[in-house]
Amino acid sequence: MRFRKKARPREVVTQSTLDNAFDRRTFVIGTAMGGLGVLLAARMGYIAIAENEKYELESESNRVNLSLIPPRRGWILDRNGAPLASNRADFRVDIIPERTPDSDATIDALTKILNLDENQAADIRKRIDDGPGYQPVEIASGISYDDFAAVSVRLPDLPGVVPQRGFSRLYPTGPTVGHLLGYVGTANAEEYAEQDRNPLLVTPGYKIGKDALEKQFEQELRGIPGARRVEVTASGRIVRDLETREDVQGDPVRLTIDGPLQDYAARRIGLESGSVVVMDCDTGDVLCMASMPSFDPNSFSQGIGRVEYAMLRDDERVPLRNKVLKGLYPPGSTVKPMHCMAFLDAGIKPDEAIMCGGGRRIGNRFFNCWSNHGRVDMAKAIYQSCDSYFYHFAQQVGFDQVAKWAKKMGLGEEYPLPVQSQFFGTVPSPEWKQRRHDSAWQPYDTVNSSIGQGYYLTSPLQLAVMSARMATGYKVMPRLTLTDEKQQFEHFDFSADEIGYVRQAMSDVVNGPGTAGRARLPFDDIKMAGKTGTAQVVSLSVSNGKTGPWKYRDHGLFVFFAPFDKPKYAGAVVIEHGGGSGAAYPIARDVMTFMFDPAKGMEALRPLEEQWGGTAQQRLDAKYRAYAAAQGETVAPAPSRDEEIFDRVEAEARVAARQPEGLAEEASPSRVDDRSAEEVSQSTTSAVQDRSE
Amino acid sequence: MNGIVPAPVARQPWMMLFPLFVLIGFGALVLFSAAAGSWDPYASSHLLRFAVVLVFAFVLSRFSREFAAFLAFPIYGVVLIMLLGVELMGFVGGGSQRWLDIGFMQLQPSEIMKPAIVLVLARFYATLPVGMVPTWRALIPAGALILAPVALVLLQPDLGTSLAIVFGGAVVMFAAGLPLRWFLGAAAGAAVLAPLAFFFGLQPYQQRRVFTFLDPESDPLGDGYHITQSKIAIGSGGFSGKGFNEGSQSHLHYLPEPHTDFIFATMAEEWGFVGGLVVIGAFALILGWGLKVARQSSDRFGKLLALGMTATIFFYVAINLMMVMGLAPVVGIPLPFMSHGGSSMLTNMICIGSLMMVHRWNRTGPRTGLLR
Repeated sequence: MRFRKKARPREVVTQSTLDNAFDRRTFVIGTAMGGLGVLLAARMGYIAIAENEKYELESESNRVNLSLIPPRRGWILDRNGAPLASNRADFRVDIIPERTPDSDATIDALTKILNLDENQAADIRKRIDDGPGYQPVEIASGISYDDFAAVSVRLPDLPGVVPQRGFSRLYPTGPTVGHLLGYVGTANAEEYAEQDRNPLLVTPGYKIGKDALEKQFEQELRGIPGARRVEVTASGRIVRDLETREDVQGDPVRLTIDGPLQDYAARRIGLESGSVVVMDCDTGDVLCMASMPSFDPNSFSQGIGRVEYAMLRDDERVPLRNKVLKGLYPPGSTVKPMHCMAFLDAGIKPDEAIMCGGGRRIGNRFFNCWSNHGRVDMAKAIYQSCDSYFYHFAQQVGFDQVAKWAKKMGLGEEYPLPVQSQFFGTVPSPEWKQRRHDSAWQPYDTVNSSIGQGYYLTSPLQLAVMSARMATGYKVMPRLTLTDEKQQFEHFDFSADEIGYVRQAMSDVVNGPGTAGRARLPFDDIKMAGKTGTAQVVSLSVSNGKTGPWKYRDHGLFVFFAPFDKPKYAGAVVIEHGGGSGAAYPIARDVMTFMFDPAKGMEALRPLEEQWGGTAQQRLDAKYRAYAAAQGETVAPAPSRDEEIFDRVEAEARVAARQPEGLAEEASPSRVDDRSAEEVSQSTTSAVQDRSE
Repeated sequence: MNGIVPAPVARQPWMMLFPLFVLIGFGALVLFSAAAGSWDPYASSHLLRFAVVLVFAFVLSRFSREFAAFLAFPIYGVVLIMLLGVELMGFVGGGSQRWLDIGFMQLQPSEIMKPAIVLVLARFYATLPVGMVPTWRALIPAGALILAPVALVLLQPDLGTSLAIVFGGAVVMFAAGLPLRWFLGAAAGAAVLAPLAFFFGLQPYQQRRVFTFLDPESDPLGDGYHITQSKIAIGSGGFSGKGFNEGSQSHLHYLPEPHTDFIFATMAEEWGFVGGLVVIGAFALILGWGLKVARQSSDRFGKLLALGMTATIFFYVAINLMMVMGLAPVVGIPLPFMSHGGSSMLTNMICIGSLMMVHRWNRTGPRTGLLR
């Protein structure tokens, strides 16, 4: 203020004006200092008092780390309560890519610590590159405590690496339940987004059902995650546990499947590609749904390797497809007994006969039968599988009538089963052909369809249902989950005599002068009834169907029920390109033998397996090693089977259980899941804590 | 003071020493907590260093006015040579270095330059003929005296210390009565040059710090981390704090540098707003006493020296507190008397010693001027 009044040209400065200026300016400086002090105090008051709540929250969220404890997945049980899928406690190591600045170096370090081979390291790198960064990628599971500890000690040098004690899914019988149960795996980005970004899905070690029943029953099996609140430092080191809430294991799902039978049937298929379905005629329970070759769901659940997946994908026998539900085959002669029911319903008497002269003229064309059967009535038509009989009577009653019964018997039908998808195939009819192909039904269509060829397509499950309905006369519905309530089935209004007639004719197929004499059961008191079928894949001009390239051979089919006079079990066997029904009915025979006498069944299987080179699991492992070797990769040998749990659903287990000595009593207590979540989480914590400094 | 207390003790400036001891003791407590409840390694050495430099400050306060005036230019020269030496050593050694190892401690010449520039400017203006104050002859030599060390420190590069030296020098020039329009002109010039200097003069990391300061939430895990965590520490302390040794931000290492630059945040987390008021109050008492010493001084040398020293301490305190509260960008300036660190302790105690020296002159020397 003073300076403004000063004279421009020359200011007169004296000692006293300088002193005055000093005092004034010191006052200004002092005021500025005081003002800033007040400002700072006010600012601090604002942060500490007005915004206290906000910052306290942020401080807590810094300090406390909430981590989810993945819930133990519910077991999948067979009808007797034995686990088809359970959990195995194990040590595992995951990596969260986005918390790993130099993932290549980290993986190199882990490769050394855990002795991973180059193949596994390549798989891990690929998964890290493919996945979203926030999602944990499994490095190894099922590792030993020593390896687990070795990783834990080096944690400070391995950012983003998460060692933990957890559970991995265990399928004791491996490939024999692969298609039935599916497998589990880490959720992918879409699944994470679909489920409202549920944080559980990206918790290290958590896996969701990826296919088949594992996926269908995801909500039941999932359980409720536990939570663990820990105090952590800025670098993520755990200081102490604050609070732990235990997880709640998912509910078990109990299936109608008979574990040992499933295992047996799948193994009995052997080197062939095919499926076996067995149902309980009274309840509709599906006792076995085997589809082979298959994959090992244990490998899938551990995150299947590149090489192993390539092997499965490239196999012409499509081990990735569930043939029971999604394999469609012309049913061939297996539908003949069912067609007879249609004829009966149309008023044809069983003793009405025709002459088979090695074929029959229908309309103005002559159609061949596979043999010259002479005089053929209904029974002979079934047990000798005479085509001419069906050409004639299908033409007489009209194929609409036959197709109506095919549908009633379960063909072309989708069943209310908890499965991902089922193919329903085709039951041809004039109306269908008009709609689908926009052309009129011709007599040769009736001829082809009457013997299960032409447009006819069925799945093995449908054939089994047909067999059960034919055997009982009831509209049996298949089911997969075991409940106490008994299903009520509609009856098909056939007289007991009519049903008995067809049963007897089907029994004669096996036990009489029929086409499947070798399918006779090795019992005096139990007789199996059945019907063979051979489905042509290509025209006879390409291949005779029995030899030559695998994919040109005929499919072999067999439908059956037993005991023939009082049916309890019914089923179907379909062997792809088996070269005829001769590939199918021995399998049905052995499966039924096992059903009634496990020891006898095993006797039949053992020499076969020796000849084939081991059980399905052993062969799959060997095949994988051979495939990998051909690719120039090496794989670790398959883990030895030290799990007693295997023996509870393996086919051999039933033999043991039925032995009077009570070998079953020796079954060791399960090694699975007998620790509480708290114990597990505590042991993990202490291991991490003890070794991370 | 009555007869019970011996005169040499009663003579001491307790108005300043008492809050100083409070700050040092409080600082030791916070350092004890910052070391996770241990006297080692921070708190004990903090107290030990204080004891040593306090003796040094008392020795300093015994110097006479003439001796201090006589030493001004030689000290300035020596420190300037040391700065040059550090620069050359860094150049030869191939790495930037800010300190000289002098055996018992590592000495930062740039730190010593802060009181030295005040001393030499006070000496310059004290002897400048009164009539020359509004002329260029008052400005050019002083400007050269400031710019020489600032240029060397900027080469290190150490922006914070350069600013501290400029600030101390500018306050002395302001108080020396240089025409106000020069300061206004300089402020206007700085306002124009600041953007240019920001974009062409600053290192990328310094530029980032400024951006981050303007918007710390933009990068809470990267450059904004320091400010964010510091505010969380202060904010979560609330009115009375989380309690001694209970600060989670510092103990779990969320707060960076909890024992040096961010010691105020460490303190505020455990002692809350109350602790903050104690610290700010203590500084207010010390700085207020410094201003009083300057005002009561009988001669220009003492006045300018005392004011400059007060301003130097103030600069530390103000910038540090503004930084930890998110009002200034992150610059590496510790909080006087509380932060752990030898050089800053030495510098600040040189300032305190100088103030005590002027205080002693005021008591012994005759007062001059009509108003006093």
